[in-house]
Amino acid sequence: MVEKRCEDPVIRDLWHPVAAVPDVVDRGPIRTQLLGETLTVQSKEGGDICVTEEAVQGTGASVDGVSLTPTLPTLQKFGFVWTSLGSPPDSLFDIPEFQESDRWYENSGSFRVHTSAGRAVENFLDLAHFPFVHEGYLGERPYTEVKDYSVATKEGEIWANGCEFYQPIAAVSATEGQVTQYSYRLAHPFCPLLYKTSPLNRERFDVIGIFVQPMTEERACAHQFLCLLDESNDDATIKRFQAVIFGQDKPILENQVPKRLPLEPRAETPIRADKTSIQYRRWLYDLGISYGVVRGSSPEQISVT
Amino acid sequence: MIKLYDYELSVNCYKVRLLLNFLLVPHKLHSIDFFPGWEHKSEWFREINPLGHIPVIDDEGFLLRDSNAILIYLAAKYDQSCRWYPVHEPSRLGEVSQWMMFSEGTTNTASAARLHDSLGYEFDIEACREGAHKLFRVLDEHLWFQEQNGSSWLCSGDDPTLADLVIFPDVILSEEGGISRVGYPAIRRWADRFRHLPDFSLMAGVLPT
Ligand SMILES: [Fe+2]
Repeated sequence: MVEKRCEDPVIRDLWHPVAAVPDVVDRGPIRTQLLGETLTVQSKEGGDICVTEEAVQGTGASVDGVSLTPTLPTLQKFGFVWTSLGSPPDSLFDIPEFQESDRWYENSGSFRVHTSAGRAVENFLDLAHFPFVHEGYLGERPYTEVKDYSVATKEGEIWANGCEFYQPIAAVSATEGQVTQYSYRLAHPFCPLLYKTSPLNRERFDVIGIFVQPMTEERACAHQFLCLLDESNDDATIKRFQAVIFGQDKPILENQVPKRLPLEPRAETPIRADKTSIQYRRWLYDLGISYGVVRGSSPEQISVT
Repeated sequence: MIKLYDYELSVNCYKVRLLLNFLLVPHKLHSIDFFPGWEHKSEWFREINPLGHIPVIDDEGFLLRDSNAILIYLAAKYDQSCRWYPVHEPSRLGEVSQWMMFSEGTTNTASAARLHDSLGYEFDIEACREGAHKLFRVLDEHLWFQEQNGSSWLCSGDDPTLADLVIFPDVILSEEGGISRVGYPAIRRWADRFRHLPDFSLMAGVLPT
């Protein structure tokens, strides 16, 4: 299948995650896709990492037999390599907790899913599915009620505050069920972050999130990260927990129709889409994003499952 | 107690977990950071399995690798009924072995497609999918004839065997690799029967019934 070239200037200008730094350094070069283009991510002498577009490799001029393949803008942050197909802003958003020395930060896997980046983000924002999809982990029937909470846009980001939910095992470090308090932060159209009460210190929050890479309009890669106060659990146990959560979400996500995220605000049906996701879709709409979404579709094309 | 070196999303590990749970054998899981940590390729793990593969079991110091080998060992040792691996019935034992060989094919096609689509493994995805469909057609036809002959499972007899157990994970997760089961009604009915067996266990990605 030939992907049509992405003409959406808004999404082309964003920074997008394309690989975890250790994957590139230890097992590179890595081939991946971004907005339908095939990219190669590889490390260079001196620790730099460069990203090139396959379509233009070898087409550049060469000097003394060395081809001059134009490289894409690149930065490394939060353990990932980020790039852009357009003119990205000078910097990427920040996660202040990332700097706190008593935290444990790790990328916990880059998982691909056959749906749009927007669908993957929306699933991450959706509290209501926890007791059904992650029963025994992040939720438990009959505790299915989502309490009311507030959603607001501030400084170009979306924040949802005051979410509460009963969870049997909120994280690996939990020893008993707890009412977990959440805040959601959308720091970037495809980077949702979740702040939740730490089972170890109820005054502080664990931060987890996904940086979603739109590979094509209907395929995405969710790069997971964890920024936790957990000191007792080993890597493999925590990563297993994350893999289980992802594995449970995957078939649900892949069965959603259409794969692209419907944005038309008026056509929104409130059955599944909660307040945060309504706000999220509206935000993408207002930003003018057209790639991987359905804009201005007729209402019957919208099915929220 | 048996220790299983395990990764949740691995089909070969899932096969071993399925049997341990069917047989109610107490065990503990040692999670390997297979992805993204590649711990199965680490130096310490290669001392356990020089091939750098999971699953591996450690049964009180007895180490065994390769899911088919592990399953045969566990069934022979812990299944008093000899239901899963009929060691005393030569023809059925032959059938079970035949389908266990067949499962190498489904794992290398259907489950390889899933690794490509989920974890970004560099495989020839079209070849994987095509290969899986070829094998699924053979499987579907065989299961249809089995049903006509009054049998619910891959091998003759009333009970499921390791043959069913090793092929089930590749089949039930095939859609994660873009391999639809719409065209294989006998496979779908068989997978459903398997999911309803007592002490059947789930893995993430296999939906509860
Ligand atoms: Fe989920």
